[in-house]
This record gives sequence, C-alpha cells and structure tokens, in this order.
Amino acid sequence: MKLTRRKFLQLCAGSAAAYGMSSVLTPEVVQALKQKAGNQPVIWLAGQGCTGCSVSLLNAGRPDITETLLDIINLDYHETVMASAGELSIGILEKAIADRAGDYILMIEGSIPTAHDGHFCYVGEKDGKPITMLEAVRTMGEKAKAVVALGSCASWGNIPAAPPNPTGAKPASEILPDATLINIPGCPPHPDWTIGTVAHVLLFGVPHLDSLKRPTMFFGPHKIIHDNCERRQYFDKGQFAKDFSDEGCMYELGCKGPIAHCDIATRGWLGGINWCVRSGGGCIGCTEPSHPGNTGDGLYEKLPAAQVPGLPGINVKANTIGIALGAATAAGIVGHALGRAAGKGAREGKEG
Amino acid sequence: MAQKINVSPLTRIEGHLKIEVEIDKGKIVDARCAGEMFRGWEIILKGRHPLDAQQITQRICGVCPTSHGQASTRALDDAFGITPPDNGRILRNLILGADYIQSHILHFYHLAALDYVDITAILNYQGNCPKLNKVKSWAQAEAGSGRSNALSPFMPRYKGDYIEDQELNIAAISHYLEALELRKKAHEALTLFAGKTPHAVAVLPGGVTEKPTVDKITAYLSYIKELSSFVEKKYIPDVIAVAKGYPQYFGIGKGPGNFLSYGTFDENNEGTEFFLTRGVVIKGSYQEFDKMKINEYVGFSKYKSESGLHPWDEKTEPDLEKEKSYSFIKAPRYEDAVMEVGPLARTVVAYMSGKNGAVKSMIDDTCSSLGIKVSDLFSVLGRHAARALECKRVAERCLEWAMEIKPGEPVHTPFTIPGEAKGVGFAEAPRGAVSHWIKIDGQVIDLYQVVAPTTWNCSPRDDKGQLGALEQALVGTPVADVENPIEPARVVRSFDP
Repeated sequence: MKLTRRKFLQLCAGSAAAYGMSSVLTPEVVQALKQKAGNQPVIWLAGQGCTGCSVSLLNAGRPDITETLLDIINLDYHETVMASAGELSIGILEKAIADRAGDYILMIEGSIPTAHDGHFCYVGEKDGKPITMLEAVRTMGEKAKAVVALGSCASWGNIPAAPPNPTGAKPASEILPDATLINIPGCPPHPDWTIGTVAHVLLFGVPHLDSLKRPTMFFGPHKIIHDNCERRQYFDKGQFAKDFSDEGCMYELGCKGPIAHCDIATRGWLGGINWCVRSGGGCIGCTEPSHPGNTGDGLYEKLPAAQVPGLPGINVKANTIGIALGAATAAGIVGHALGRAAGKGAREGKEG
Repeated sequence: MAQKINVSPLTRIEGHLKIEVEIDKGKIVDARCAGEMFRGWEIILKGRHPLDAQQITQRICGVCPTSHGQASTRALDDAFGITPPDNGRILRNLILGADYIQSHILHFYHLAALDYVDITAILNYQGNCPKLNKVKSWAQAEAGSGRSNALSPFMPRYKGDYIEDQELNIAAISHYLEALELRKKAHEALTLFAGKTPHAVAVLPGGVTEKPTVDKITAYLSYIKELSSFVEKKYIPDVIAVAKGYPQYFGIGKGPGNFLSYGTFDENNEGTEFFLTRGVVIKGSYQEFDKMKINEYVGFSKYKSESGLHPWDEKTEPDLEKEKSYSFIKAPRYEDAVMEVGPLARTVVAYMSGKNGAVKSMIDDTCSSLGIKVSDLFSVLGRHAARALECKRVAERCLEWAMEIKPGEPVHTPFTIPGEAKGVGFAEAPRGAVSHWIKIDGQVIDLYQVVAPTTWNCSPRDDKGQLGALEQALVGTPVADVENPIEPARVVRSFDP
C-alpha cells in the first residue's frame, strides 16, 4: 500500500490508539523513508540547552533510537553522541559545508546567546580560536536544506531568554530569519514530534505549520491540552483540585492546559505511561512561547482568565470559571452536534 | 619541549567543556579545564515564585534533572519548614533510583565505552544475532558509501589502543544496543511516579503528587528487576573486562584524593539518614559534613562578583573580559580543600565512615579479586568500577523501598509560602554532590545559588592557585600521540561531567 500524506498524518495523530503504542513510524513508514530518502545527514548543534531534547529522543518508541540512527538519519555531528572530539569534530562541520551543502538538516538544541558577540557559549575551537554557537548556527544554517529548532529553547528562547535574559539568548528563527525552519517546542519535545516531523520533511516536504512555525499535526489549534485532557469532565462540572494529587481539574493550581498546544494529553510520555496532568503535577505550559513567563508570573500561578475554546468573546474570571465554562462548553457541544447532524442530513439529501 | 594542546569540544559529556593540557616528555604537566557556556540561572530565578525553582533548575541538566529537582525541592522543604510523609520520601527515592540506573548505564555504554571498544569489529561479525547483523549490514553499506562522514556518529574517532579481542568488542557492541533499550526502561520506571522525563512534574515540596497504586508498584518492580539483572550480568562484567584490558588506568587520573558526599536516598523523613552515606574525606581521614564550610572562589572564573563566599552570600555577575579568567565554572572548595564528587567519592566516604559494612566488604572483595589496593580506585577505572557497583546496590535497594509504599496514604505534606525564609537542599546526582541554596523575601526568590557536581569536579583554579579536581587528575596522564589525545579524554569521561 502506498503511503500517502493523509495516511501518514493519521498515523501521527492516532497511532497511540490504533497500535497500542506511542509511535509515529510503523514499518511501512520506515520502508517508505528508506526508498525515498536514504539516510538523511543531520548536523545537530547544541547551544544553551541541557541535552534534555537529546535524552528525550533516546526515549523514542517505534522506531527506537537504534532504528532511527541506522535506517532514517546519519547523525554526522552530535556532541553528546559522536566518537570524535576537538578539531576532529570541527572537521566534520567543515566537511558538511564542503561536501553536503544544501543536503543536510540542521537540528538546533538550546537557545543562542547573542550578547557580547555570542561569547557566552562556545561549541568548539579551530586553530586555537573559539567558535561561538552564534557563529556556528549562522555558518551551518546558511547551507542547510532545512533547520529544525528542537525544543522550547531553540524555538522561543525559553528559560535562558527569561527576564532579564542575561546573555541575550535568542531562538533559532531570529538568527536564521530566511531559513526553511520548523519549530518543535516542548521542554523537552516528545520523541514522536521530532521523528514525525523529520519523517514528514523527508517524505512529503515541510509539514503544515501554524503562524509560529509549529507543525499543526502535533501543535495545532485542535491539540490544546485542556480540550483533550482526561480531567476535562471535572472542569466542566466545576470540580477543582485544591491541592496537588487531589482529584479534580488542576486549573486552580495553575495548570496551563488551557493555553498549551500539544498532544501530550493523548500521546503521553514514554509510550503513554504517564503525563503531566495525570501525575498530579499539572501542565506548566512548556510548549508555549510565553513559557516560563515574566518575573512574578509563577509557573503555578492560576491563569487569570480563560477563553472558551470555539466560543470567542467568552472570557471568564478565575473564581467563577468552572461552572460558567462548564455551561458554556456544554452549549458548545450541543451546538456542534446539531451542526454535524445538519451537515450529514444535507449530504445524504444530495446523494439521495 | 613542552607542547600545548586543546580539546574543544570535549564530547560525550553533558554541556560544553574544553581542556587545555601541556605535555612534556609524553606526560601532562599542566591542565586547564573550562566550562564554555553560561545561561544565568541564578540571575533568572531572582524575583520568581519559589515553586518555580524546582521546575526551572531541572533544566540545568537534561541528563540529571531528577537530582536538581530533588535538591531544589529539598531546599524548598527546608525553607518552608516541612518534611515529606513516608510515601513521599519513598517515591522520591524510587524516582531518583531509576534515574541513577539510567544515568550510570548511559554513561558507561554510550558516553565512555567508545574510548575502549572498537566499533569496527562489527564488520567482521560472523554470528547469527539479527540485531548485530543489521548493524553489520549498515556498517558495510556505510563503509562502502564513499561519503565523507561514513559510519557516523561512530567515526571519525581518535586513533588509539582500542580493544583487539573480537569477541569482547562484539559483546560490548551488543550491550551498547541493549543498554539503549534498558536505559529507556529505567526512564519508563521513573515516569510511572514522576509523570514525565526529562524534567519531572510530580516532585514538589513536601513530597510528590503521583498517587502510587499496586499496578504501578508492580510495574516498577518488574522494570527494576530487569535492570538489576542487566547491571549484574552485563554492566559489571563489562567494566571488569575493560579493567583487565587496561590495568594501567588504575594508576591514571588520580585526582585530589579528597572526597565529598552529601548523602542521598533518605532513610528517614527528617532527611538525616541516607542510603548513600554523607560525609567528607580529606587527606585520608573521615569527618562529618558541615554545610557552612563550603565557599566558592571566582579568581579564575568569568565573574566579577566577590570571591570566596558561602553560597548563601554569593552573587553571580558575569565578566567576560576578566583578566586570568578561563571558565564559566566557579571553584567551590570545602575548608579550602579541592574535593572530588561522584560515585567514587560516595564509595570512599561510605568506606571510610566506618558506618557502612556493606560497602566496605563489597570494596574489599572487589579489590582482592582484581588484585589491587583500595587506593588504586582513585583512578579512571576506580570511578567506572565504583559507578557500576553503586548501580547494583541502588537497584537492589529500590526493590525493597517499592515494597514499603502504602497505597492510599498521603504522598505529600501541604505547604504555605513563607514571607521570609532561607533553605538548602542537598542531593547526590549520579555524577556527584549537588546543592541548592535559597533565600526567600516577600514570598519571592531573593537569592538562589546552585553548586553542581561539575562545578566541583571541573572547577578551574581557586584564588590560591589550587587546580580543580579534574585538572589534578589530568596532570601526570601519559599522552602517546598529541594528534590523538585519547588518554586525557578517558580521564575526563571517567568523571561523567
């Protein structure tokens, strides 16, 4: 069976339910990748990150990390993984520019410090002269086929860029404004988001992105955590947890589910074993450009108000939000069902 | 004539590290170790809500976020004046324990082993294992591809004295692959109770938020049993095999010979007794740990803030132009002594404390079977051995703790944010002692300081000119070929920075 883009997106979206595992790439996808792309060279640069995005990728399900390295990509440069060191490593970057310009994907992990000409982060040195992350991103970004800003630091700046941003930390998109660039936020990103996006690029080109350059298949408007949360029924009934580990919606404890775009509520971490709200810790909104917020806006501070999804203009203050929104959402669901019934009837009528 | 070489990036570690070594007559005579990246966590945390600290500081290191999370929540526990209930304490241990196993396995196989194992041995593999044959086909195709970086990320590499025994190499490659699966299983075990990893969401002041149920406990036990078996049957024997192949590394990479462990894995809710012993060993003698004896120097670090202060009094003000400075890492000292931290330090502290018979007999047995003295463990191989043996002990203890959980009972103690308070949280990360220091004023963070394991081990010189622990370990290391400095790289990686 030919793997179509539509089928691929279905796999990305529904794989957990369909296959009983958290996976993007079924054997047919891997086969298609092999036929179409061969192994894709990847240059992975780390700036002001924590290596958490890389560790998360090690937690990939299907394909696992071994299959990824053998069947899908050639991980030519990655500081934490590669055997080489020192100038031997820097030579790999030079060879990529010389031999594979326009051919490799540049993955960027971590933000890029720009204050003091970028001297807050060195990625190596050449002939005794340090190479800043800023310089490396510019040089390697210019010749890349596509750039993937992996994780919230590379996508938005994240914690290093939080006030007062002592190092002038910036996201990849601000250093490489003209590049073909995809943001895969999350702190860290789920491995399925990373592998799924790369696979889409290889098979069908750049996936559909929202205005913030996030793939909508993982971060689209229909992927809001709050809309897909297993505790949503508590919210609709106005039942709120008063303390961590209580049953109930975590809104009052500062959960950022209503503003967070990602599918973790249905995908789950580590093959669906657990996720943020289920574990009672709540969502801190780590995928969002607003994370981790300004001084004074704590990660656990209650959202001041929430927009009702699908019902613009309804903006309820915190203390009354549960019951008010519960009613509004119920109205929305009824409305939606009626609309669908009407559509079905109309189509049947036409066909009949 | 002495020759200087730099290695930057020093790869297969977490973060950005550079070493500069001076070599004379085939040996390193001077060394500098530089942290090459600054983010400003301590500046960013000032003025933020205290609860944010345990989330934000986990992002210091994505390989050991759990330990930073533990140190941070303990600092908040201390500042809030609370202690966790039994379940909260035990679940924190189970979360940290799973991360220890994950981190130790990852370190040996995926960060360190490529300095010893000859990955090209796979090209001559003759066996029937489907997985190894798949790797062989890949390697053959890569080798014949003619592309400029064939066999990445395993090639290029330094030329050096890799293992020649085909069978041993193949076993190691097979275990490299298996370890990739098993370290993930350790993260699965961790996620059962921590909600997410890297960067747990379920560990908060007063305990944890995840409610343990019998099915989760059973799953955890199943994971840890499998991991424990791997550690015993493969990880430890592989370390011993490397030790037998490279016995000279019991004499290389000695370090300062002073050891610090804050103790970790609480055995009581007050946090005064630990499974991994707390204490200090200076010049061969054991002493009790005193938190007021830590000071951080910045004479050779890129900061203009005052040098030699206790973390509760410190500031962090970067200065890139500062004369003589060469690292973003500060130089913490205990009673002005240079300390090594990590699995070897924990083992030596437990051994010398006289309080831990299990560790003493384990170390004595290991030394006698390897035909070495206890002091030979102050070395590259000693660090690998201490890590592997500790991994086994932690896995076994996790199995016992899991049985002590009482489903349905509280997992955390409620807290309120004080107007004004100070606190400290100590933990042992897989790679060593980590402490977080907090002052709260007006219900927000007024001061936050982190003294991380790599701050201890990879520090530059202090104001007195004493070399950092890794710098001392590098001095005396032989270098056979300055174009391929594999020996100092082995010394650095033995610390798991």
